[in-house]
Amino acid sequence: MTAGVDELLYTESFTIHGNDYDRGGEVSARVKSILKELGIDPLLIRRLSIANFEAEMNVIMYAQEATLVLEVRTDAVCITVADRGQGIPDIELAMQPGYSTATPEMRARGFGAGLGLPNIKKNSDRFSIESKPGAGTTLRYAVVLS
Amino acid sequence: MRLSSIAKVLEADWLSDGVGPLDLEIATCFAADLMSEVLAFCAPGALLVTGLANIQAVHTANLAELAGIIFINEKRPPQAVLDAAREQDVPLLTTALTMFDACGRLYEHGIQPARKG
Repeated sequence: MTAGVDELLYTESFTIHGNDYDRGGEVSARVKSILKELGIDPLLIRRLSIANFEAEMNVIMYAQEATLVLEVRTDAVCITVADRGQGIPDIELAMQPGYSTATPEMRARGFGAGLGLPNIKKNSDRFSIESKPGAGTTLRYAVVLS
Repeated sequence: MRLSSIAKVLEADWLSDGVGPLDLEIATCFAADLMSEVLAFCAPGALLVTGLANIQAVHTANLAELAGIIFINEKRPPQAVLDAAREQDVPLLTTALTMFDACGRLYEHGIQPARKG
């Protein structure tokens, strides 16, 4: 591979179904196995795995369905999670640690503490979020490979 | 402290015989029922003490690189969760102790908080 050229080395896309709590975490576990096989730095895998699991649980809790796209590039591992769902009316508020609209059922599952989105941002080197209320949310985040 | 010694200190039963390295030295612990808090604040390598006996606890341990899980208050997760833990190499234990008792005993035996640094 040529230095300085950003190349796509591996890509795969996964479907996450809303409300499917029993499978919540499966996609993140599969992505972790793939990154491990590709020889990505374990510390970066851990950061990305935490971000992925938070994003996956957000889809299960709040959306109908989403596609998670993994792209392993020469310079970064990039994730896009695009969902069909209720969207986020106030992104700034949703990014505040502790702000949550979770139901008791979500908390009983161990999630909904209002830490998800801030934690995805904290564990990634690039982060962006777009949302249309009533349509859905798209998260893009990446960890940069050194 | 080895996981096998921790099991004795907490009077715990193994739910996952032969899963994970039993001679692994564990120095830190994190206790929570909210996995979001574990994902946000727990450093890798810690033992997780939790009352949440579901599949999300196992995924949390695997994805956040934790040493294992001890369920409190005699909780036992369903078979599907035990199967997932085996597949993901996450050792599971259960104790009749409460969260406070379990953490107190671990603290007494020199286990430190798993602060994220």
